[in-house]
Amino acid sequence: MHRYIIKRLIMLIPVLLGVAFIIFAIMNVAEGDPVYQVAGPDATEEQLDALREEMGLNGSLIQRYFRYIGNLLRGDLGTSYISRMDVMQLYLLRLPNTLRLASIAMVVAVIISVPLGIVAAVNQNSWKDTIAMVLALLGLSMPNFWLGLLLIILFSLKLGWFPSGGAEGVVSVVLPAVTVGVGLAALLTRTTRSSMLDVLRQDYLRTARAKGVSENNVVMHHALRNALIPIITIFGVQFSNVLGGSVLAETVFAWPGVGRLVVDAIDQRDIPTVTGALVMTTMLVTVVNLLVDIVYAYVDPRIKAQYTK
Amino acid sequence: MVKEDKEILNIEDLHVRFETEDGIVYAVNGINLKLGYKRTLGLVGETGAGKTTTALAMLRLVPDPPGVVECRKLEINGRDVRDISADELEQVRGKEISMIFQDPMTALNPVFTVGEQIAESIEIHEKCSKEDAMKKAGDMLELVGIPRQRANEYPHQFSGGMKQRVVIAIALACNPKLLIADEPTTALDVTIQAQVLELMTELKEKYDTSMIMITHDLGIVAEVCDDVAVMYSGRIVEQGSLEEVFGKTMHPYTEGLFNSLPNIKNRQAKLKPIHGLMPDPTEIPVGCPFAPRCNYATEACKKAIPELKCAGGTHLVACSAYERDPEFRIDRSKKNG
Amino acid sequence: MSEKTGVKASKLYKKRSTVDMAWRQLRRNKGALIGLALLFIIIVGALAAPLIYDYNTDVIGMNVRERMQWPSAKHLCGTDELGRDIFARIVYGARYSLAVGVVAVIIALIVGVLLGSAAGYIGGTFENVVMRICDIFSSIPSVLMAIAVVSALGKSTLNLMIAVGIASTAPFVRVARAAVLVVRGEEYVEAARAIGQPDWKIVLIHIIPNCVSQIIVQATLRVGSAIISAAQLSFLGLGVPAPAPEWGSMLSAGRLYIRDYSYMTLFPGIAIMITVLCLNLLGDGLRDALDPKLKR
Repeated sequence: MHRYIIKRLIMLIPVLLGVAFIIFAIMNVAEGDPVYQVAGPDATEEQLDALREEMGLNGSLIQRYFRYIGNLLRGDLGTSYISRMDVMQLYLLRLPNTLRLASIAMVVAVIISVPLGIVAAVNQNSWKDTIAMVLALLGLSMPNFWLGLLLIILFSLKLGWFPSGGAEGVVSVVLPAVTVGVGLAALLTRTTRSSMLDVLRQDYLRTARAKGVSENNVVMHHALRNALIPIITIFGVQFSNVLGGSVLAETVFAWPGVGRLVVDAIDQRDIPTVTGALVMTTMLVTVVNLLVDIVYAYVDPRIKAQYTK
Repeated sequence: MVKEDKEILNIEDLHVRFETEDGIVYAVNGINLKLGYKRTLGLVGETGAGKTTTALAMLRLVPDPPGVVECRKLEINGRDVRDISADELEQVRGKEISMIFQDPMTALNPVFTVGEQIAESIEIHEKCSKEDAMKKAGDMLELVGIPRQRANEYPHQFSGGMKQRVVIAIALACNPKLLIADEPTTALDVTIQAQVLELMTELKEKYDTSMIMITHDLGIVAEVCDDVAVMYSGRIVEQGSLEEVFGKTMHPYTEGLFNSLPNIKNRQAKLKPIHGLMPDPTEIPVGCPFAPRCNYATEACKKAIPELKCAGGTHLVACSAYERDPEFRIDRSKKNG
Repeated sequence: MSEKTGVKASKLYKKRSTVDMAWRQLRRNKGALIGLALLFIIIVGALAAPLIYDYNTDVIGMNVRERMQWPSAKHLCGTDELGRDIFARIVYGARYSLAVGVVAVIIALIVGVLLGSAAGYIGGTFENVVMRICDIFSSIPSVLMAIAVVSALGKSTLNLMIAVGIASTAPFVRVARAAVLVVRGEEYVEAARAIGQPDWKIVLIHIIPNCVSQIIVQATLRVGSAIISAAQLSFLGLGVPAPAPEWGSMLSAGRLYIRDYSYMTLFPGIAIMITVLCLNLLGDGLRDALDPKLKR
């Protein structure tokens, strides 16, 4: 198992280099030379060259890329054009807020969706199933930022229960977390249901029933453990979408997280900040996916066996 | 010998149908079965005759929906289990009656160790600690010829024959009074088949278990069964002791089954398969369901379903030819092929 | 009797085309039919919009006297801060949302299917490289990816399509590759290879048609998520430039007046939700109809 994890970690390196390259390349296509933006209209050609050197903008794309990677390995993401702050610092300042939002959203989504999906599957084609599926379909079809706006109208403007923005106090996280979590909850409900339906017709559940295992135990122990495997996969894959969704929620709720950092930086054409935040976020996603794969192996002995071989 | 005044199993007028979107499938159509203590009954018939459904109905395991089970009596060990509560039913399953399923590849839960799966049954029925149950599970594994150290392995680490041994160990873990074996050897290699069969008969003797052996293999029936019931299209068409059914075969379908076997003594002899297919269970014909394939059939056969009638001793047969002509005999070597 | 069985068998196994079979399945699915019908209405509305409303006066023209009016018989969904009829803008907006969704998915589909089927068919290093790139793209949150692309290319409707398209390519690569891997081993493909058909022909004639149903399902569902992505970007101010009546940018504008004129945030969102809901209903229905393995 340890060898598997080490192997996976090594396999991460090319992926991360690729991610950094793609983002770096896209951001470099961005129109306009940032040097003019920083230096202002009156700068001389020499000043511009000096500034280019200082900002690390001299040389070809490939040269700059390797310089960027070299710096990245030392934890240096460059300096923001706008605030002149260290991008890594900026990112780390915002990251806890985003993680708090994302993790609460995911936990809420799991708590709602997994039981809902199980109930729907066990009572397939009943009214419970129909309600669960309609809810899930609505959740999937609703743009999450719009849901956020609706929540603000109802719960902060009309009822005044929750603040409409900011990150002060415990209650402020409720509306953004619901906004981010609903899409994931909808998807997980559907996945849980279909995964459970698959498992519920397996022969081994009949074996369990035939030896006198209670129906409750058959569903919650024998079936769920098997159904969890696809659920965990979706959960892992969706982590990236949750972070993406939080970009919107952060804008709607003025939540000081990474998403707002990126959006603001794009508005201000602050390339180092955008690049740095995207690279770091993607790395985070990749590492989380690795963790999910490891959890996976613990749930399914067949996968574990493959790895240890 | 134990006195056989009471049966381990007594089913009267069992009907099972599946109400699906594409129509109602009549899987079992009025079956009566009695089985004495320590007896082994062979339930024989083609695929789709309703053997497995009958067995599942005994454990009340027919999936509902779409399955609908109706019967007048369903007694296991003298107790009617038709209307007992879920709790009571759990006590009956595995303890009074248990089942070995056809396909060992899919019968075991892939995410639990085989030891856990055997121990679970013991924990439920013998109310013992997890450690004791695991210890007994180890004993059961040894009993079916698997080293107890392998209790901590997962099903995917076992071969097909080994898995079937594990399934047998699960079924026998709590020493049930009635064991239903649903084609326990069909999915296995021929060499392994014999081993598994031998193991089952051995264990059955050892624990005084009654058994229902579901199979389409007449060789297995001859080897392990005391009684035989032949099923066709959801009905029993012939029933009796092994000697009666094998020695004095009366139903043309049973005869057809025998004629479909290759004859090892006369290898020149041609196989005489039964032509045609069993009737579609969504629209069972009015008359004798076997009539369309039967070489003895007359117009009268297509009018009414013959009832199962006594033909001497414990021998029962459902064929109207005997009602019309008491002297009617089938000739195994000549006809129905 | 044997005659009767014969008749029945031929009735049952009468050869039907896949499309016919799928349509029969789909007709039974109430949700899919509702989705299809509503979608039809939305598309007709979008196409007919120029006949009903004049773009310059009704949709983008200012009308200060009628600004900020709550929904009424005259203005079904009210008017916005410049006095424009929100309903007219929503009807017109369907043109943008549907166009962006469909074009983005077509971009993703063409690139994804070509890369995916080539990867599956060729295998080896090429497959590895394509799939790793796919992994890379999937680990960048698609909203962020689209944001990055738009900010690099500049704000325009076409760039929005490209950005959303790039961000939705990876799933098509996966679907196509998986489908090819399944089909590749089939005997008729072996046979085609044995009689010396060129690879591109095998892929085009034998392999792609066999994964068409999966790709159609995937595409239907993806149009829905592409519409949402496009709305998200417009909401962030990175999508279709003003004054075009894009649903996401209408929400973004309405947000400023959320306290007193909440109807402005309500209706464009409902439009997005209904459109995406229809696509999801239809996509689910198609999946059930086209993929017998998933049918329950």
